[in-house]
Amino acid sequence: MNVEVRPVVPLASSSVGALAAMKGVFSRDMKVAFRQRQDLLNPLLFFIMVVTLFPLGVSPEASFLREAGAGILWVAALLSVLLSLDHLFRHDFDDGTLEQLVLQPQPLFLLILAKTMAHWMLTGLPLVILTPVLGVMVHLDGNSIAVLCLTLLIGTPVLSLIGAIGAALTLGLRSAGVLLSLLIIPLYIPVLIFGTGTVAAAAEGASVGAYLALMGAFLMLALTLAPFAAAAALRISLSNG
Amino acid sequence: MWQFFHKLGSPKWFFGISTRFMPWLLMSGIVLLMAGVVWGLAFAPKDYLQGNSYRIIFIHVPTAFMAQSIYIMMASAALVTLVWRMKLADVFVKAVTPVGLVLTFLALFTGAVWGKPTWGTWWIWDARLTSMLILLFLYGGVIALDRAINDEKSAARAVAVLVLVGVVNIPIIKYSVEWWNTLHQPATFKLTEKPSMPAEMWVPLLLSVLGLYLIFGWLACVRMQTEILSREQRTRWVKEFVLKGKV
Amino acid sequence: MRSAHRPDYGALMSEPLLQAVNLQCERDKRILFRELSFSILPGTVTRVEGPNGSGKTTLLRMLAGLNDAWTGELNWCGSSIANQREVFLRNMLYLGHRPGIKPLLTPMENLRALMAGRRPVSDAVLRQALQGTGLSGFEDVPCRNLSAGQQRRVALARLLIADEPLWLLDEVFTAIDADGVTALEALLQQRAAEGGAVLVTTHHDLALPGMQRLTLGAGGVTDER
Repeated sequence: MNVEVRPVVPLASSSVGALAAMKGVFSRDMKVAFRQRQDLLNPLLFFIMVVTLFPLGVSPEASFLREAGAGILWVAALLSVLLSLDHLFRHDFDDGTLEQLVLQPQPLFLLILAKTMAHWMLTGLPLVILTPVLGVMVHLDGNSIAVLCLTLLIGTPVLSLIGAIGAALTLGLRSAGVLLSLLIIPLYIPVLIFGTGTVAAAAEGASVGAYLALMGAFLMLALTLAPFAAAAALRISLSNG
Repeated sequence: MWQFFHKLGSPKWFFGISTRFMPWLLMSGIVLLMAGVVWGLAFAPKDYLQGNSYRIIFIHVPTAFMAQSIYIMMASAALVTLVWRMKLADVFVKAVTPVGLVLTFLALFTGAVWGKPTWGTWWIWDARLTSMLILLFLYGGVIALDRAINDEKSAARAVAVLVLVGVVNIPIIKYSVEWWNTLHQPATFKLTEKPSMPAEMWVPLLLSVLGLYLIFGWLACVRMQTEILSREQRTRWVKEFVLKGKV
Repeated sequence: MRSAHRPDYGALMSEPLLQAVNLQCERDKRILFRELSFSILPGTVTRVEGPNGSGKTTLLRMLAGLNDAWTGELNWCGSSIANQREVFLRNMLYLGHRPGIKPLLTPMENLRALMAGRRPVSDAVLRQALQGTGLSGFEDVPCRNLSAGQQRRVALARLLIADEPLWLLDEVFTAIDADGVTALEALLQQRAAEGGAVLVTTHHDLALPGMQRLTLGAGGVTDER
């Protein structure tokens, strides 16, 4: 007897590559951000204001500022990245697009990498661009400003990447913002130390190649490991929600 | 092998077996610690540079050592939590985090007390003290995250991710803090670099480290048992245990 | 008919697309359901029923892979989902409570973003889908200027371009008007006729001919098929 076999349910087979998916996530985040420009401005304003506090609160002496300037700018940049991290997944979580992101038939860590890259373009990069102006205001010399910008250029993506882990872990929790800072600040310490240390070394006339290479190594390490940790954390947080 | 592994993960099995060896842990721990501390404080020779004040290392070093190794143990348990979802690993991490926090604090405190006669100040941004301070932050973060998540399974897994991220960072933090220290304060702390110790000093030190290890084992068991009872309160064996007093 | 290898191009009408064996889910120390087993055949609409708090949403999130605090077995076309996550995700469409729509983006941009990681779809097809859900003229208006029902319709437009055989729809009738409900009911039935499988939770009084019910209750679970 012939049994009629009916393969009637076509399974979806076509799919786009991971790169196209990453591009989709990236461009969506950029678009959303540029529809709400005030949100882009906030971390920058915060950055400028924190820097302003130091001459007012400690000393406006050029000698002090020259010595502490790189550290002040680094701490301010770190804090404004921290401030912006709370939004990294929050809005997506609230409107349900995060669920749809996780359910894309793509490796989640790559999608998170794309989101983090968008986050850095929107917060870290503008901070780097603003740094020369503030550097002049704290009496840094040209060479120090250049090195400072370079360290921030390498360092701020690390801040975004590590921060993504914290943002994913604290997603949907009460007082997530404060908790996020508590979890993440200790992990930021090495980047801060080497960021400011490199500028200090440059000011003493030492060669900074080795330091920058080390910061590059931090960036590589963060690029390879942080998206996995953030993906795991995101799954856990969503599972809870 | 797998069956054994599975059994090892069973809270009930752990409860039964731990009750049996806990008294031994506690007793041997106390004996070793007392021996180490009394020997160290009363009988070990004076340090030719620091006099008697160095004797705080018999408390400082064991606590600092434990504080760090507890984090490593937590990281191993966190890996087990994420990979095999073993309940006991969750319980371990949750039970020992506060112990690690307290020991880190004690290490910092004794470090400060030691610093006063040695460096003439309570606090100094010495590389070791600073990295212990950061370790304290890490412990604090773990506890804060655990408290913030209601569902205990999600909390355990989130904490596991955080602990693993932390353990990857610890060597980096240590290295960078040491580098930072030499950059900012070039070699004023030669005193902290211990000269090669005579046996009369390091043997009691070793004893007290071992003793503290054993006492930690006992404390971890006590706290894990409490945690297990609260988690498994709905199960039959816990109800029977509460009624009859044995497993 | 069960064979080790499974043709990639399709599933058989007689074999379950999705199979759950002995699912147990615990949440905040409360067991939502245990020993829950069921199969979802192609060409069916299944309504997940139960009182508030019985775990309907949790079940759908579990099936979608969003919630992983459960034990048991979940199979897609005969083999475990855990081993073929991406294949499963490619074949599954989940719409949750939260519509998954960015208020700042237009319906077109939203749909494009939703499809970006799945498969390439031309703008013409997307426009057609939006028209199909009654959103013609609103294609390029930011979603925050649309009503709740219209935003929900943007999410539902995905159903019109979906090629995924399994749909998991959680409370999709919320905020939809009477005409929309009728159209959606027709769509679900048409999908079943095409060989797709739909799981749906709703407070709306849904009764399609041939619809199956999966009832979750306070005291254990009954499977009334």
